[in-house]
Amino acid sequence: MRVFIRRLKDKNRLSFVSLWILVFLYCLALLADFIVPYPYDLQHREYALCPPVLPHIFHNGRISRPFVYGIEIVNPAFKEYRQDTGKIYPLKFFVKGSERKILGIIKTDRYLFGTGNGKVFLFGTDNHGRDVFSRVLYGARISLSIGVIGVAISFILGLFIGGISGYFGGKVDAFLMRLVEIIMMFPFFYLMLALRAIFPANLSSVQVYLLIVVILSLIGWASLARIIRGMVLSIKEEEYVMAARALGLSSFRIITRHILPNTFSYTITALTLSIPDYILGESALSLLGLGIQEPYPSWGNMLSVAVGNLRVLTGAPWMLIPGFFIFLTVITFNFLGDGLRDVMDPKNW
Amino acid sequence: MRRYILFRLLQFIPLLLGMTFVSFIIIQMAPGDYFTQMQMNPDVSPQTIENMRRTFGLDRPVVIQYFFWLKNIFRFDLGVSFSYHIPVSFLIKQKLKNTLALSLFSIFLTWLIAIPLGIFAAIKQGRWHEKILSFLAYIGISLPAFLIAMLMVFFAARTAILPVGGTTSVFYIGATGWEKFLDYLGHLLLPGLALTFAGIGGLYRLMKNNFLEVLGAPYIITARAKGLSPVKVYFKHTLRNAINPMITIFGYTLSSVLSGAALVEIITNWPGMGRLMLDAVLSQDLYLVMASLLIGGVLLIVGNLIADVLIAFVDPRVRLR
Repeated sequence: MRVFIRRLKDKNRLSFVSLWILVFLYCLALLADFIVPYPYDLQHREYALCPPVLPHIFHNGRISRPFVYGIEIVNPAFKEYRQDTGKIYPLKFFVKGSERKILGIIKTDRYLFGTGNGKVFLFGTDNHGRDVFSRVLYGARISLSIGVIGVAISFILGLFIGGISGYFGGKVDAFLMRLVEIIMMFPFFYLMLALRAIFPANLSSVQVYLLIVVILSLIGWASLARIIRGMVLSIKEEEYVMAARALGLSSFRIITRHILPNTFSYTITALTLSIPDYILGESALSLLGLGIQEPYPSWGNMLSVAVGNLRVLTGAPWMLIPGFFIFLTVITFNFLGDGLRDVMDPKNW
Repeated sequence: MRRYILFRLLQFIPLLLGMTFVSFIIIQMAPGDYFTQMQMNPDVSPQTIENMRRTFGLDRPVVIQYFFWLKNIFRFDLGVSFSYHIPVSFLIKQKLKNTLALSLFSIFLTWLIAIPLGIFAAIKQGRWHEKILSFLAYIGISLPAFLIAMLMVFFAARTAILPVGGTTSVFYIGATGWEKFLDYLGHLLLPGLALTFAGIGGLYRLMKNNFLEVLGAPYIITARAKGLSPVKVYFKHTLRNAINPMITIFGYTLSSVLSGAALVEIITNWPGMGRLMLDAVLSQDLYLVMASLLIGGVLLIVGNLIADVLIAFVDPRVRLR
């Protein structure tokens, strides 16, 4: 592993940096309970669509400890706010708050930061007055995990079906490949919608989450299976496969132990590069209101507030911040995937 | 050539049948049907709903329904939309026009920009031009179309440079033909550019990689050694070989743009197939959904056929086979 990371560092600096950004994002998502200043569903009704309130360290030209100014409501009807420089709330770290569990295991009553009576909205608030920063971190749990789990399912399906198809050939192969072609023939977006429509619209968040993972993997395995099949077709002619067969090993064992591992250098790269598709698929469904349901946040459904509502979009551009995180995640996975390709490719050693 | 095209067409028919059958099953797997919502309405008697189900053939088994649908397709009858009470073909004709305009506009622009940039970057491989372009391409690939559309709507609404939403402005009525066209084009620009920006990155990278691969081929070295001018080497020897894989890809773009356009259409309020399909799926408007999926499949076939013909046209090796 260490050799692997070093090689990644030497070959492709950008992908090395991306790896660390991703590790950082995953840590943020895991520790969201501890980091966020407010619960994701806490509504500050009086501060709806409040612009970001950022900490300052200069007051009257002098450096002081970090603090935030108070928020003054200028015009409640048009949601205009101003910083009240007369009120100062120091930013405190490891403040005490109500007790909660980190990841449902570790009990704590400490939060990473807080301001006592002041409000700190690092990314502003949404139309219900909920802290966007807190919601982005909780939403990260959805977006960051959905890609990995979805890819894992497609990986298993794709390897298995592609392996069987390539190894046995003949009628099995013909049937499975027609199935693959039919799936690939659907316009992706329409197929996703149609599959989603099989299930009722008002499911719980957990059910919807599982449903989206299953839908995306059911669409995603096809292209992988096709490529695996092609690789298996050539690998099965190798001498070591013949040796395995001569030893009387079962077909299942030959496929899983002798053939498929030889496709891993390709598949791992392909999978890393396809994780963004799952993240975007979830975002798209949630954006249309068919994915993760309120009040639980996902990057997609946070953006949905700004869709079709020009006043929110132009008046509160910070509502697009979840979009930036989608972008950041996708681009880092893309960099990482390309880096992996460089490292895995024996021509580059 | 004609036999080849015919052969390809025949190959697609079982696929199309399979695809429509699968989608029929998928849609019918959803609990209830369009008329389930009507049962909630006390003004509609159960007898009426029963009658309507019978009229639309929904009381028969799914497989039988499918064959009835198929039979009608061969008579160019796409069925009637449940929610709009007008023939599906009429409904789709209006929307498909807008979606095709949007798709073709963005495909054209994407290729117009991405191909020359890809060639340029391949020639300048390793220099700062290529590095900047490739980095920008990474950003373009990683920015999803819906996000670009949202950003563009944001800037358009802030600066009022481009009109947002719809296909025409209030001045459309009473405008002359040329003005009508410009008005339509103006409204097309925002969703069209959003789709274009989303597509350039991927295409640029493919073109660059193809071009680079061909540049390393022995016959290019020969051409250079002969002392041919770089222009001849690049455009006569390299480009003609590097463009082949791109044409195959072109075949798939037509159908994938349809899918990509849907979300952008919904976000930018462009009245195309996207919104229609979304509403149809949600309200289980069976024949409307089927028709939309069918069009997706047909576009894929058409795209592939165009690609096949183009390849045969460009590449003599394919033509001779």
